[in-house]
Amino acid sequence: MTTLTKPPASKAAPAKKAPSGLFDPKMLLTSLPDALKKLDPRVMMKNPVMFVVEVGAVVSTVLAFTDSSVFVWLIVIWLWLTTIFANLAEAVAEGRGKAQADTLRRAKTETTARRLKADGIEEEVAATALQLGDRVVVEAGQIIPGDGDVVEGVASVDESAITGESAPVIRESGGDRSAVTGGTKVLSDRIVVQITTKPGESFIDRMIALVEGASRQKTPNEIALNILLASLTIVFLLATVTLPPFANYAGSEISTVILVALLVCLIPTTIGALLSAIGIAGMDRLVQRNVLAMSGRAVEAAGDVNTLLLDKTGTITLGNRQASEFIPLGDVSETELADAAQLSSLADETPEGRSIVVLAKTQYGLRERHTGELPHATFVEFTAQTRMSGVDVDGLQIRKGAAGAVSAWIQSHGGTVEADLGNVVDGISASGGTPLVVASSKDGAVRALGVIHLKDVVKEGMRERFDQMRAMGIRTVMITGDNPLTAQAIAEEAGVDDFLAEATPEDKMALIKKEQEGGRLVAMTGDGTNDAPALAQADVGVAMNSGTSAAKEAGNMVDLDSNPTKLIEIVEIGKQLLITRGSLTTFSIANDVAKYFAILPALFAATYPGLDKLNIMRLESAESAILSAVIFNALVIVALVPLALRGVRYKPSSASAMLRRNLLIYGVGGLVSPFIGIKLIDLLISVIPGIG
Amino acid sequence: MSDTAAGLLQVGLLVLLLAAAYRPFGGYMARVYSSEKDNRVEKVTYKLLGVDSKADQTWAVYARSVLAFSAVGVILLYLLQRFQAQLPLSLGLPNVEQGSAFNTAASFVSNTNWQGYVPEVTMGHLVQFAGLAVQNFVSAAVGIVVAIALIRGFSRSKTDRLGNFWVDLIRTVLRVLLPIAVVGTLVLVAMGVVQNFSGMHEVTTVAGQTQNIPGGPVASQEIIKELGTNGGGFYNANSAHPFENPNPLSDIFEIFLLLVIPVCLTRTFGVMVKDKKQGYAILGAMGTIWALFTFSATFFENQGAGTAARAAGAAMEGKETRFGEWASALFATSTTGTSTGAVNSMHDSYTALGGGTALFHMMLGEVTPGGTGSGLYGMLVLAVLAVFVAGLMVGRTPEYLRKKITAREMKLVSLYILTTPAIVLIGTAIAMGLETARASILNTGGPHGFSEVLYAFTSAGNNNGSAFAGISANTLFYNTALGLAMLLGRFVPMMLVLALAGSFAKQQPVPVTQGTLPTHKALFVTMLVGVVLIVTGLTYFPAITLGPLAEGL
Repeated sequence: MTTLTKPPASKAAPAKKAPSGLFDPKMLLTSLPDALKKLDPRVMMKNPVMFVVEVGAVVSTVLAFTDSSVFVWLIVIWLWLTTIFANLAEAVAEGRGKAQADTLRRAKTETTARRLKADGIEEEVAATALQLGDRVVVEAGQIIPGDGDVVEGVASVDESAITGESAPVIRESGGDRSAVTGGTKVLSDRIVVQITTKPGESFIDRMIALVEGASRQKTPNEIALNILLASLTIVFLLATVTLPPFANYAGSEISTVILVALLVCLIPTTIGALLSAIGIAGMDRLVQRNVLAMSGRAVEAAGDVNTLLLDKTGTITLGNRQASEFIPLGDVSETELADAAQLSSLADETPEGRSIVVLAKTQYGLRERHTGELPHATFVEFTAQTRMSGVDVDGLQIRKGAAGAVSAWIQSHGGTVEADLGNVVDGISASGGTPLVVASSKDGAVRALGVIHLKDVVKEGMRERFDQMRAMGIRTVMITGDNPLTAQAIAEEAGVDDFLAEATPEDKMALIKKEQEGGRLVAMTGDGTNDAPALAQADVGVAMNSGTSAAKEAGNMVDLDSNPTKLIEIVEIGKQLLITRGSLTTFSIANDVAKYFAILPALFAATYPGLDKLNIMRLESAESAILSAVIFNALVIVALVPLALRGVRYKPSSASAMLRRNLLIYGVGGLVSPFIGIKLIDLLISVIPGIG
Repeated sequence: MSDTAAGLLQVGLLVLLLAAAYRPFGGYMARVYSSEKDNRVEKVTYKLLGVDSKADQTWAVYARSVLAFSAVGVILLYLLQRFQAQLPLSLGLPNVEQGSAFNTAASFVSNTNWQGYVPEVTMGHLVQFAGLAVQNFVSAAVGIVVAIALIRGFSRSKTDRLGNFWVDLIRTVLRVLLPIAVVGTLVLVAMGVVQNFSGMHEVTTVAGQTQNIPGGPVASQEIIKELGTNGGGFYNANSAHPFENPNPLSDIFEIFLLLVIPVCLTRTFGVMVKDKKQGYAILGAMGTIWALFTFSATFFENQGAGTAARAAGAAMEGKETRFGEWASALFATSTTGTSTGAVNSMHDSYTALGGGTALFHMMLGEVTPGGTGSGLYGMLVLAVLAVFVAGLMVGRTPEYLRKKITAREMKLVSLYILTTPAIVLIGTAIAMGLETARASILNTGGPHGFSEVLYAFTSAGNNNGSAFAGISANTLFYNTALGLAMLLGRFVPMMLVLALAGSFAKQQPVPVTQGTLPTHKALFVTMLVGVVLIVTGLTYFPAITLGPLAEGL
């Protein structure tokens, strides 16, 4: 597992990505041609609600020629605008993806590959001609011609073309860091890569298709919502087409154009127009955070996740154990111990060794000495045989290492090991930490000075995040190879709900299956080949980009930053996507009440004067009332485009609290706002001759 | 005692009676449908019918059983009427004309009990008790068992079995309806409702003319008419007739009877899905709307728009003085909210807005609290719809009672909410477009005439059965159109509900967490009320505007 060394990318999205969450009004203009192209009925058919609007617009246009008036033409114009606005929403959402795709395309410039033939001789071929299983040589300065695994050598690779991250990463044969992506650049050394994807199906190709929305399919929930919207459309279609016979009986005539206007106002155009933009924007928000979802289905599933499996190392804790405490023995002072520990660790370049020097400095103010300051010192390197490291300086010998090894060293030098030492060591082990014993030998006096407590350090803010998760109803399970004792200690410190200790890939798989049998949805991250089955089994499997291609194939998302903590953000984006859909649906339906109050009195108050009492907005005239409702209906689409793209604000909280908030804003707001909006529009347009 | 005090006392008594019955009766019904044991009478019945009581049916088989049973019911009832004169106990009445016979058969089998005829001069005793009374029991039972199947869809998991229609049906009749009917009949008789087998009595009216009034088994008809939310009266005047509903006490008792099963079924539901609060939430939504409409109807009637009514102090035309405004409005709201359609006053004579309230109440789809069974399943379908939208708003793909609402479930729910408006609106539009159909309207030209036709189709499509009089519905057009509306309005939704039940039963339940939308709290009840009023209500708003609103504003 790689070590996490930088903050989550969301906070510092690379500058070259398409503009993030923010909505730029200029995009409305630039996307206009695309929006007009989408007026093609074959495209419109995919969106039943807006298709009805388009058919209505066509019918009204035809009728406007025979029954021409300012009012009718204005209705016709606004009906077309409604359709165009809907297409514009989708086009803007897609446009943002296109910018991203262009960046990626640049990375996909024609390259030639140095293919290795069976006899080991190189030949030059076009990158596009590479087949599965081909082996190619890539050297410093060259572009890797296709996706594959390193089978020979080690190299540093610049992957900024896809991740936006300029720091090079190491790719080596074997192990979990063997996958390379076509289009990335080798900075040093030479590697042999075995190609694992067919031309045209490479990672970059898929990325381009994804961000452009070309391979976008409706997600299950989107289909369900579309069914509901279609049926509401039919219901209102019925309510409208049955109106003429009813009105005729009352002795009033309703023109078809007005009927179309009524229909368009009633059917759920707001959500119908924005639905696909919401979906595209949801995928886009993931891309902004450098996560590629292979399907919208996975994003939706992320919102539903019940259980998060998180690897301990790198996700919950910082990569390595660190010194947290010096525990002196007998009459040794803490400072003495710290001094000895620091001395013995000066030459120790492991993260553990560095952490001892740092602790001595921060807690005891011991200045870091450089090896050069001690000319007489001989440093003893750590070896697997001695399991100790240390220093010999001016007759003083200091040794630091595992309890058993240091005890043996003390005894072999004629010292005795006190019972105290055993107690301290056992205590640290029991708490999940690792004890390192420090001993010294000077002038024949051999003794144990004390113990260094090494422990896993939980990343900052994890406990709060897990608390939030719990409030959202998500259970967190920590996965670790540690023994149960150690695991429990860290689990408690980090505040996860459960842990799986001494976990093998099989255990992980079994845990996922068990959770799923209980109806739970499971999300996990992984990078190794042995994670692949579990990634495939999980409902949301996020593969690290640094991982093997097997892992990336198996998961349904890839995190380009290889930051396992991001799983939490992915869940939030999934939820936000669904909340946006639900809120705008509620808003759209609630809008209808006001539109009735605008249009119905306008239609029938002439026949039944009592109905004028329904005109509670006191709209100027029948024409202005109907036109205002139609205009409001169209403008609300444009007004909500930014919200659809950005997503409804999401704050982790319980379902009750979220429902209360959203119902208040989008339900009650949806009821009230059109009354105000329609009235304002009416005030404006009533100055038009023939309307007011 | 003032009218208001008396009215409030009546409402209070009614609520008290229902509250007392809620737990014991709801729990009893849950046991009836969960029990593995058959009693002796049932065992004999199964043997006679050749039913394997242990066989569990899939939704499709369950649905086929519902349809087959009901089809046989329609045919038998039709034949009984068509050959009435040749059969005994006809009271000398002739065979029923075929359009009317079809309409009546459809009406009673679909639990609508729309009566396009005048009962006391059309149906003899045999048709009354062997045909209509039988359907009063079994059509109510069919509604209940479909609701039970839907409950099982929620409570069961990973199975395609929903129970056995025949077992459920027979248990409903034998263990639920019959015992209450027997006891209830005695109570009604004690309250003064007629129960005999006598023929026509010639009486001299106050005006000095003579009138023929038949006696008959009125109380035994009356009890199931209310209990089964049927509504088909023994007399044309229905529960306004003193032989059916003699006094305020019998009036409250009858309202209690028509509400008791739909109300208590929410308890049965809560018990069977092992979460009683869910039952309270559904009841809460039903009760809120019912109270809202009761208040509106009472308000409009007491206010009594119109000069004549103002002079009289209230709109008393078409109402019985022994009940008054409050009890009439209470009955009207309860009967239109339960698909009963029995009346103790003439809805046609209500003030425009009062009558409109009754009309709009039916348009909500008979879910407040609805017909026996049909009210519960109707409200549950709307709850699924509310959950779908509300669930999205909490950031999860929606789930109700631990079952996911996917595209398949939404398809069925969408078709369900589409069916009744389609029947009502298209039916009314055809009627308003046809010269012959318009000729039946007695109040020509004005919005009231339109309201009458709209009321008829709303009543038929929603299986209510009450009528705005003032329209001659016993014509070929109305008998056929309304007959079809009743059958489609009953059985299409039922099939969709059973399919939905099957779909839910197959699912693996999802665990309840903090992130799950709570469907037992006031917030969700509010949302559900909103969905019922806006989604179903908005559909009819233009039509309502041209009817009651045009007339009343």
